[in-house]
Amino acid sequence: MRSIIKKAVAVLAMTVLPVGLAAAQGIRIGELSSYSANPQSTDSYRKGWQLAVKQINAAGGVLGKPLEVVSRDDTGRPDAALRAAQELIANENVALLTGTYLSHVAVAVAEFAGANKVFFLAGQPQTDALVWEKGNRYTFRLRNSQRTQVLAMAHEAAKLPAKRWATIAPNYEFGQSAVVGFRKELQRLRPDVEFVNEQWPTLGKLEAGATVQAMIATKPDAVFNATFGADLAKFVREGNMRGLFEGRPVFSLLTGDPEYLEPLGDEAPEGWVVTGYPWSQIDTPAHTAFRSAYEKAYGSPPKIGSLIGYIQMFAIRAIIEKAGSTDTEALIAAARGVTFDTPIGPATFRPQDHQSTLGFYIGKLKVENGVGKMVDWKFYNGADFQMPDDVVKTLRPEAATR
Amino acid sequence: MYDASTLFVQLLNGLSYSSTLFLVASGLALIFGVSKIVNFAHGSFYMLGAYIALTVTAMLPSTVLGFWGGVLISALAVGLAGCLIEVTILRRIYRAPEVFQILVTFGLVLVFQNLIFELWGPDERLAPRVPGLKGVVTVFGERIPEYNIALIFVGPIFLGVLWWLTHRTRWGRLIRAATQDREMVASLGVNQKTLFTVVFFIGTFLAGLAGALQIPKETANLQMDINIVVEAFVIVVIGGMGSIMGAFLAAILVGFVNAFGILFFPQAVSVLIFLVMVLILIFRPNGLLGSRLIAQRPGDLSIDLPFRLPGRAMQYAMLAIVIACALLPLFAPLYMEVVMTEVFILAIFAGSLHFLLSVGGIVSFGHAAYFGLGSYAAALVATRLGLPMGLGVVAAMLAGAGGGLLFGWFCTRLKGVYLAMLTLAFAQILYTLSVQLVSFTGGDNGLIGLTRPGWLQSHISYYYLSLAAVVLATCALRRALYSPFGFAFRSGRDSLPRSMAVGINVPLMQWGGFHPLGCFCGVGRCVDGLSSRVRLPDRFFSGDHGRCPRHGPGGRSAVCQWPFDWRPGLSFSFG
Repeated sequence: MRSIIKKAVAVLAMTVLPVGLAAAQGIRIGELSSYSANPQSTDSYRKGWQLAVKQINAAGGVLGKPLEVVSRDDTGRPDAALRAAQELIANENVALLTGTYLSHVAVAVAEFAGANKVFFLAGQPQTDALVWEKGNRYTFRLRNSQRTQVLAMAHEAAKLPAKRWATIAPNYEFGQSAVVGFRKELQRLRPDVEFVNEQWPTLGKLEAGATVQAMIATKPDAVFNATFGADLAKFVREGNMRGLFEGRPVFSLLTGDPEYLEPLGDEAPEGWVVTGYPWSQIDTPAHTAFRSAYEKAYGSPPKIGSLIGYIQMFAIRAIIEKAGSTDTEALIAAARGVTFDTPIGPATFRPQDHQSTLGFYIGKLKVENGVGKMVDWKFYNGADFQMPDDVVKTLRPEAATR
Repeated sequence: MYDASTLFVQLLNGLSYSSTLFLVASGLALIFGVSKIVNFAHGSFYMLGAYIALTVTAMLPSTVLGFWGGVLISALAVGLAGCLIEVTILRRIYRAPEVFQILVTFGLVLVFQNLIFELWGPDERLAPRVPGLKGVVTVFGERIPEYNIALIFVGPIFLGVLWWLTHRTRWGRLIRAATQDREMVASLGVNQKTLFTVVFFIGTFLAGLAGALQIPKETANLQMDINIVVEAFVIVVIGGMGSIMGAFLAAILVGFVNAFGILFFPQAVSVLIFLVMVLILIFRPNGLLGSRLIAQRPGDLSIDLPFRLPGRAMQYAMLAIVIACALLPLFAPLYMEVVMTEVFILAIFAGSLHFLLSVGGIVSFGHAAYFGLGSYAAALVATRLGLPMGLGVVAAMLAGAGGGLLFGWFCTRLKGVYLAMLTLAFAQILYTLSVQLVSFTGGDNGLIGLTRPGWLQSHISYYYLSLAAVVLATCALRRALYSPFGFAFRSGRDSLPRSMAVGINVPLMQWGGFHPLGCFCGVGRCVDGLSSRVRLPDRFFSGDHGRCPRHGPGGRSAVCQWPFDWRPGLSFSFG
């Protein structure tokens, strides 16, 4: 019993003590992402932001102070993310929160930011809820929203003669909203289009053979895909062998991102219209500098996560410098309308919905030297694919715009 | 709606899928049958097999022999790894209570995940197509990859081999004898240790083989262990724990349900096999071919004496702890308050689970479902009906208790692992509903934006609310524990036949046990939900990856949260 009491005292002491020790030297940033849950995507993201922090601090930091990033693993769970956020604020005295990877985790952290009046810049998550119906005045989002990509895709798809579409998407928020957004926009542009088959595999558990067969059985003219990762590889291999893609155009989200394209090797499906990141072919001076710095630091080419992580820290620098302090209200005022340079061109945080105008790429897949790459790609400026202001107003809570 | 050729090809697809499932599930069934270990790490051996096969087949020449030889080598390597685990770890826990065994194999899952992450890295890898089987077969005008056709035969071949091993060899006779009564086999002079090790070797060999055979079909990735293991358990439970023939039938059933579910109910694929499992367990509580679970020898949980009321000193100590907690906010920093609030909420959860698990001896995997029910009930009452929070708490209690009553009614007709899997199925079904009814529950994003009443705005008031909740809940549970009901409830755990003999209606008592469980879970989550102001679907435990692949240890401080809160994909967190 006595030893138990001793241990309890020790645990209490360990929990309480670090608070006093967290004396801030530089500007402290609280960062969280799903490192253990999604190492495939977050590993490169971490490398990206670490590179940015190194560069920023080498160039003199922000407001004359170095950036200090306190990083936490949200384990892919909203409750763990909330606990981490709470701990970062209360224990680590961070000036603002940033990061997150999964959409629903981001929405939970955004809600936390709103309730606790903390500045939050979401990096990778793409859900529309984050800036619209669940948006608040403390939350900003860096990556282009999913809707912008889906809209751009639907506009391309509407040019095809295809009338019968089949869709496949993982059965969770990302997949659901992708399919619904694509279907609505395509049918708005082309009322004659019908969706003959919708497949909703559980994420990571696609039974590809049977699913591909079911899609073939409904004789679609074209296919819309939102699976990625392990599901995508299965889908592509079975689809290739069973002939699902023969004579059928395929529109696919995310497939051009190196994270998902690389594992496909020489089986990358040629001719698919995909969103992605053609890292090897963007030869603007800014992007070349980013790419070579990244390759020099890590010995591997950047992925989409690397790019977003990198930009995220530079966006934070721009916001803090414009604000002149780390006061939350000053940060919000500064972030609204701030313009910052990125390897893929300048971007702005829109004051009306806190969404950045970061662009994205759509192109066609082609296999060259045994690896898939994007060809005929086009850069879409995020600023051109935003909702009109009057619609934004109806979507966003009134309090978020104050 | 579909023509005959599509249906036939879908039949073949289902068979091909069930072969893989059978290999994994038969290993699991074999191991459970003999050692009675519920091996949650079985999926990890499957994953290990896939990764080793990737490396081995890449090193061997890309020929027919190279591929199949590589697969065999990988499976053998996994079998050896299985032996190592058995000899060093599992052998020591055969006599431990079931729950501890499950915890150990959970731990192994984490170890394997991190090990494979370290060795192979996070990238997903796809193996090249199989030499000699790269093409497709055309059946009624539909194309099927040759490899998938080949897989159809693998399942029955190994069923035959296993049948021969167990029914036509001396070793198999010993295995079957050990399945029925391992103590008797031991007293007849058979070296149990070797027997168990060999069984574990074969079981993990089969899992490794299934994993290795999977690499031409899907990428090796760090989530495949969790993805397969729940499915394998479903199959073993449907087939009857320990029955290999049953596992085979169940694998075929699940393969078909999956293949035709995709054809006819694509929206419901994730929940379909759980519905099938519920149906089968309701009508056949021991699975398709399972025999009645032979009562474990005494010694599991029944060794301790009846609960005794704590003495004076203990009561004062408890009072002192409560007072200390009440005074804590006076001097502790803010973060300490937040952590302690979390501790209180988990204590409610742990207390109610303790009641079910330790007192009732009922292993429940669906515990988090009551949390989820309570949380949604409170949130829906508040956001949809606009009623005050007090009514929300009542609604949470009612919903949790209602869920407990409903599920308990089904669950208490079952025992042990069957019961656990049924609770898992209910949790999975609820989880699927909560994610799919987007307009009602907010889908994956949950219900957000609950407002706390004015007097609850500060951390301090919230701290005291949760403290009050934990004290009340603990006292209530404690009262139940020492009531006649509590003793009757416990007697069902200690000795079913004796309890029945003295006239205790054990299923009724167990059913009753689900009630406070659900109720307090509901309250606990309701209180917790107020802290985060978010209701999220992942409060339901589910056997799949809800929204994104996830795994790995959760970084949870201060408290050991039960692994039964392992929600989407075993992202359980403890330590």
